[in-house]
Amino acid sequence: MISLTVNGAQHELDVAPEMPLLWVLRDELGLTGPKFGCGVAQCGCCTVHVGNQAVRSCSVPVGSVAGQRITTIEALGSPDALHPLQQAWIDEQVPQCGYCQPGQLMAISGLLHKNPHPTSDDLAAAISNICRCGTYDRIRTAVARATSSAANQS
Amino acid sequence: MISRSDFVRLSAALAGGMVLEFGVNGCSNRSSAVSAPKTVFQPSQWLVVRPDETVTIIINKSEMGQGVATGLPTIVADELDVPFERTSVQFAPAAPEYVDPLFKAQLTAGSRAIHAMWMPLRIAGATARAMLVSAAAQKWSVAPSTLRTSAGYVIDPASNRRASYGSLVADAAALPAPKNVPLKHPSQFTLIGRHNKRSDTLAKVTGSAKFGIDQRVPGMKFATVLHPPVFGSTIRSFDASKAKQVKGVTEVVQLPDNMGIAVVANNTWAAFQGRLALTVAYDNGPLAHTSSDDLYARFRRLAVSKAGAKVALVRGNVDATHGTVVTGTFESPFVAHAAMEPMNATAAVTADGVEIWAPTQGQTLTQASAAKIAGVPLEKVKVHTTYLGGAFGRRCYADFTNEAVALSKAINAPVQVIWPREEDLQHDYYKPLALNQIRGVLDANGDLVAVDHTVVMDSIMTDLLGPPPNGIDVISLSAVLDTQYAVRNYRVRYINPKTGVPAGFLREPGANANVFAVESFMDDAAHVAGKEPAAFRLRLLSGAPRAANVIRTVVGRADKAAAGTAHGLAYANWDGTDCATIAEVSMSGQTVRVHRVWVVADCGTIVNPAIVEQQLAGATNYGLSMALMSKITLKNGAVAENNFYDFNVLRLKDAPRIDVHAVKSDAPPNGIGEAATAPVIAAVGNAIFALTGKRVRRLPFSDGLALA
Ligand code: FES
Ligand code: FES
Repeated sequence: MISLTVNGAQHELDVAPEMPLLWVLRDELGLTGPKFGCGVAQCGCCTVHVGNQAVRSCSVPVGSVAGQRITTIEALGSPDALHPLQQAWIDEQVPQCGYCQPGQLMAISGLLHKNPHPTSDDLAAAISNICRCGTYDRIRTAVARATSSAANQS
Repeated sequence: MISRSDFVRLSAALAGGMVLEFGVNGCSNRSSAVSAPKTVFQPSQWLVVRPDETVTIIINKSEMGQGVATGLPTIVADELDVPFERTSVQFAPAAPEYVDPLFKAQLTAGSRAIHAMWMPLRIAGATARAMLVSAAAQKWSVAPSTLRTSAGYVIDPASNRRASYGSLVADAAALPAPKNVPLKHPSQFTLIGRHNKRSDTLAKVTGSAKFGIDQRVPGMKFATVLHPPVFGSTIRSFDASKAKQVKGVTEVVQLPDNMGIAVVANNTWAAFQGRLALTVAYDNGPLAHTSSDDLYARFRRLAVSKAGAKVALVRGNVDATHGTVVTGTFESPFVAHAAMEPMNATAAVTADGVEIWAPTQGQTLTQASAAKIAGVPLEKVKVHTTYLGGAFGRRCYADFTNEAVALSKAINAPVQVIWPREEDLQHDYYKPLALNQIRGVLDANGDLVAVDHTVVMDSIMTDLLGPPPNGIDVISLSAVLDTQYAVRNYRVRYINPKTGVPAGFLREPGANANVFAVESFMDDAAHVAGKEPAAFRLRLLSGAPRAANVIRTVVGRADKAAAGTAHGLAYANWDGTDCATIAEVSMSGQTVRVHRVWVVADCGTIVNPAIVEQQLAGATNYGLSMALMSKITLKNGAVAENNFYDFNVLRLKDAPRIDVHAVKSDAPPNGIGEAATAPVIAAVGNAIFALTGKRVRRLPFSDGLALA
């Protein structure tokens, strides 16, 4: 049995410890916000937080994060209390197909824990998530909007 | 989603405009006996007005990022005069009533959703509005012409009375649908050209948007498929014993018609592990010793010998035109779509028929092929369309839905089939490998007076639509046959090399190879003629004012090239939409960096400006992947690339700042999803030439520079 805390809820799971966290979340716990895009830590669609750290859950064995606090896109914010990045994504109309966006948001919100005001170069260096719809320019604008308004609020 | 049987009931009742509502609104499985049927007003297959003032708009196009789930209801809501917020969208079931008037099928392709549905949906909205007005006029005993509508109300200005649409539902439903209802003048539009938000954004930033891969059906299994790697090869035998030992794997099934071997499991990961544990022996077909380099060599020979060439177009006399000759031969590789959501579909085959939940662009084909596989009549196949995690043409095909249907039938259980990325890249209908050979003649004034153009490229349409009439594939000849340049002497020849590698529609199909060639050639020709690239093109576009305008506009919008960079210009017309692009490029060694891009397009009337801008920027970035880094390599009949570590695509660090501008126009709306894909490819090449004097003639430029 592996015990996992996901979005505040505790789960005891009878799964192999080497099963990637992504598939535990999607197929065992029914959390479909984290997406599958490559399975080899290349695309970032599957990004979730372990503690405050953004990780690519397709390449994280569930056994290695037992007992830790996992957060998925489902709990980044709520429709009534959106994360500043989610609000900026809406204001800047970032998503097209939207498939990569849970991963983009989790990766960038993870970055903001370490670097609350990333420059465009910081962002380019830290975020390698793929978006085949090509929303990159709006992602940059939205991050700038979110980090400057967060700065205004605090 | 409306189920098929609900739909039949709905349409049977349509004649009178009165329907009883049984679970429209995505709850067709809920027993309608629990709540008394309510009267709704459904004047056509496209919309339902309810007593609670909401309007459901049923759309026959798939939402794959291009914004149809916002754009199409905008058209209905504007003519109907309801606030956009009161509308919601359902994806239509596969049914004859929902076929596209242009394609004669339910197919979301060719950037034609808004273009094709513009009039039908305006008429649907205006007709519904007219019936609501008539209902109020009857009630108040006044002439309909004295009434007006606004924001979901019929208003009588003379008496200051108003009635909400919801309150008129029952009366309107009793009226016959009028014919030839007048439509709004563009100056009366309140949403079209103004409504600037997408409806699906909140769901897409909170993780609640459901894609194909997110579909869950009670009792569902998870599965994946191993396909024979060499194109044209077949499975001789296989050993599944190791696969079956993987914890969670429940079955291994060979699918019919050489579809592959399916591994069924209790979760996706177990299925993936099982696939890796299969041992398979193949009978390889004729492609087993063919590689991309062989194809390039063969294409070059064909372009010279013209063996099998079909003359697709002749104007004037190319052979008799003399002057300064400019030539160029341009090559581009196979490219995979690599939509972010890998191929998947969920199916349940039962005694009652087939149900499919899929991120599909092609409901008609999906339904028809499923009926065949399951051996049931068409109307026994329900197709539910989910959100699509990108598509770019890949999901027009039914291979991935067919597998889910065949597998569900075989294991007698609902099943979701997901391909790992490796299968997705190695079993696509690719942008075909292509060669363009162009020979042009400049006269003494430096004007281009003759072009002789040969395209060697597999037929793009064959795998989806059947072989082209006369053997000339107009899609493979996109931007060549329908060029806007008025070159007096012009000849187009087409050679279909029939490589045996699956070929298909990929964003701006045909043009994504041909425009690279044409616009690189135009740049060379301008250089030889000693003319500015824009001016040289404009000389040939006096009969195409919209084309000339996008070129002039993009030149006007672009800043001066920053120090150490150069600009390249390119232009193309994609099925009626003109697009011009300028790319700003620098180089360090062999590495190309694109800093800024300016894009101007004329797609006629703009329904949603924000979505048009998204599409222009998105297509530009998609084109940049092809320009800079993406290629699929055939090696001994199979694809050499595996995943995103060797199939390279644009990432944030590579993505330029993009300035997009759509020309204001009252012309009917045209496609916008593809037009900006091809021009940027040539624009980057032309900037490299401006910077280095080197003409790179093979894509991607990362390869081409090494050859140049
Ligand atoms: S699915 Fe995990 S990085 Fe792509
Ligand atoms: S929005 Fe479609 S892949 Fe990023």
